[in-house]
Amino acid sequence: MAGRVDALYFFLLAVSGFFGLLIAGLVVYFAIKYRRRHPNAVGAQVAGGMMLEIGWTVLPFLITLIIFFWGANIYFAMSRPPDETLNIYVVGKQWMWKIQHTDGTREINELHVPVGRAVRLIMTSEDVLHDFSIPAFRVKADVIPGRYTQIWFEATKPGRYHLFCAEYCGTRHSGMTGQIVVMDAADYQTWLSGGAPEGSLASAGEKLFAELACNTCHRPDSRGRGPVLAGIFGRPVQLQNGEAVPADEQYLRESILQPSAKVTAGYQPVMPAFQGIVTEEQLLALIEYVKSLSTPQQQALPARPDPTAPRPGETR
Amino acid sequence: MNVFPAHHYLNDGYGIKSWLLTRDHKRIALLYLAAITFFFFIGGAFAVVMRIDLATPAGDLVSDDTYNELFTMHGIVMVFFFLIPAIPAVLGNFLVPLMIGAKDLAFPKLNLLSWYIYIVGGFFTLHAIVTGGVDTGWTMYAPLSTQFSTTRVIPAALGIFITGFSSILTALNFIVTIHRMRAPGLSWFRLPLFLWATYATSVITVLGTPVIAVTVLLVAAERVFHFGFFNPAIGGDPVLFQHLFWFYSHPAVYIMVLPAMGVISELVAAFCRKPVFGYSFVAFASLGIAVLGFLVWGHHLFVAGQSVYASLIFSMLSFMVAIPSAVKVFNWTATMYKGSISWQTPLLYAGGFIGLFTIGGLTGLFLAAIGLDVHLTDTYFVVAHFHYIMVGGTIMGYLGGLHYWWPKISGRLYPEGLAKVAAVIIFVGFNLTFFPQFIVGYLGMPRRYHAYPPEFQVLNVLSSAGASILGFGYLLPMVYLAWSLRYGKVAGSNPFGATGLEWTTTSPPPTENFAVTPIVTSGPYQYPSPGEKHVA
Repeated sequence: MAGRVDALYFFLLAVSGFFGLLIAGLVVYFAIKYRRRHPNAVGAQVAGGMMLEIGWTVLPFLITLIIFFWGANIYFAMSRPPDETLNIYVVGKQWMWKIQHTDGTREINELHVPVGRAVRLIMTSEDVLHDFSIPAFRVKADVIPGRYTQIWFEATKPGRYHLFCAEYCGTRHSGMTGQIVVMDAADYQTWLSGGAPEGSLASAGEKLFAELACNTCHRPDSRGRGPVLAGIFGRPVQLQNGEAVPADEQYLRESILQPSAKVTAGYQPVMPAFQGIVTEEQLLALIEYVKSLSTPQQQALPARPDPTAPRPGETR
Repeated sequence: MNVFPAHHYLNDGYGIKSWLLTRDHKRIALLYLAAITFFFFIGGAFAVVMRIDLATPAGDLVSDDTYNELFTMHGIVMVFFFLIPAIPAVLGNFLVPLMIGAKDLAFPKLNLLSWYIYIVGGFFTLHAIVTGGVDTGWTMYAPLSTQFSTTRVIPAALGIFITGFSSILTALNFIVTIHRMRAPGLSWFRLPLFLWATYATSVITVLGTPVIAVTVLLVAAERVFHFGFFNPAIGGDPVLFQHLFWFYSHPAVYIMVLPAMGVISELVAAFCRKPVFGYSFVAFASLGIAVLGFLVWGHHLFVAGQSVYASLIFSMLSFMVAIPSAVKVFNWTATMYKGSISWQTPLLYAGGFIGLFTIGGLTGLFLAAIGLDVHLTDTYFVVAHFHYIMVGGTIMGYLGGLHYWWPKISGRLYPEGLAKVAAVIIFVGFNLTFFPQFIVGYLGMPRRYHAYPPEFQVLNVLSSAGASILGFGYLLPMVYLAWSLRYGKVAGSNPFGATGLEWTTTSPPPTENFAVTPIVTSGPYQYPSPGEKHVA
């Protein structure tokens, strides 16, 4: 992706260089050639030229069309992650990045990813707007309270890269930085097996699902007062008003926090709202649990062998 | 030799009341000149402290909070109290009646009221500054501004709200004046291009400013009453704020730069002694920019969670708005062809404008290309881009215009040699300040960062060095223009041998502008057929 972005950048530099030098060259050339040689001299009374006007309207238009399609093409690729991605959750808050891996590993201001694998970040904020920006990968997206935004990237070289908060977020905005650590597959496996004593994110979600008594209505069979959740993730949900919406992360989030907003057809709006009751991180665990009900062995990630002590320096 | 006129607007009453209660558009222009110069140096002082702080990666001169307040107040003061009013309220106020052969604007009392409203808005903003400052960024994004900031957001918001009415009333005054008070024979297509630009700007101001007024009121209301317009926890949407904010604030860029383009058209014509090439294309380009400028606000939201298809449309429209700007640059350049070009100070500024605005415009294409904007947005690339447009464009236009019409305003000439030196210093200082920011932005340095990784230091030091040159450059005109008021050579009514009704009356003009209402019989920029033609 970085290569594609840079190619457009250098094309634009060339276009800009050409037109910038053209204008500068003409101004300097005219300045010398047509300098005033007599105090009372006046210029030739040339008023305009239709062909020139059409030319320098149409030519820039055509060039901008090329740039538009080129830029749009890259943007499409950026906004459409591949089908198979390593999903990682990100929660921004003033002024830190909390990273949640699906296997239960958590990090603060550091994100470890394997090289050569498409990584998709699903992000939200606990407070103000933030922006998760990795300049080396040419990606960024605002992190917005109340909704999920996402970016995806595939790192090609192991190393450490800057992570910046790029949307101004208050006092320590410039301190809301971190590192993306890109590792070889083997190193990454070693790193992964070093943490997460609490089990996977989905299992944490399962526990929460029971604690919050979600399972009294959302039962595995179809006799509950709420819809069966197995297999719903990613499928369209038929709503009471006849609409169908895809059951993505955003929909699950809304259905937990504001259940009456989009009620599934055939059910009563009896579910209590969990707005203000579950934290952003608990919400992510619940969503991950619901996802895990859809495809039992969806994550190609190897299951964690056995939880060991937290790595040094890790905050929980 | 030129003789200073016995009666003119400057000696028509001397007391403080004769200024503070004046209804003369020329005196009101000078009231604005004093006020915006004051705010320019306040906003500039904030920038100076920021640039010193950024000379080291750790940013050890001021605290995080102070730094955040500095860039916020630099933005608010420069945008709302300098850049937006600069050319319309000073040069526009002075020139609109003179250029159309009228005695004054259509509503002289309203004009004075506009100035007082501006001053009241300014007091609110100064009050916010001295009682603790604001730290939301001039963009005041919710929910930081509505739920989290503990600084003086409400007085700052009210300052912006109130000042907006000053812009609206001035714009209304210009629209009515240009429609109703043109001298006999002065048809629309005989208007100087500065008036087309002023007219287009006024239309944007009247249509757009109410939106920012509502937006900042929503912020204030949300802070006081917790309505939750922008609070997702109770059903609001923080991104809605950005749509409202940029619906005004993107057109506001054109409010700042269109009048400068108008000035440049006048300068190029006057110092090439030639009609502006493609007059009607330049005039309609102003209107085209005014219309298209309202349709591109979404390009500020490419990474803000906006739908992909909305982004595509805003990207396309953003490229479209670049076309009329490009047309103008080509036309100014073509105007120089076979001109009789005299590189006096105002034309140096015009040349500077063309160079800097071209760079600013071309880098705008980088940002309009969505896939590339994702990387560049919220970095120093954007900071550099809009300073090239707003400082390189608007301030170069403003200073060029101020120099060009200074003999008309004051009746005296400024020292030409010193003025040329200042223009060159400003041009060099500007580029040294802002060009490195394109590079550091592409390398990834985010904007609004008080501290930054050490690898960005060299470029930041260059930028700070440039800023000190630029700051010095800006002080020079202050000094020699003030000096010229007393000691400058008497200018005479038309020192540059330019066309335009403003040059047919005395310098400084009498209070009523023209002894007899002029009658216009030809188009603008008609230089007498050359008896003494240049040798090509």
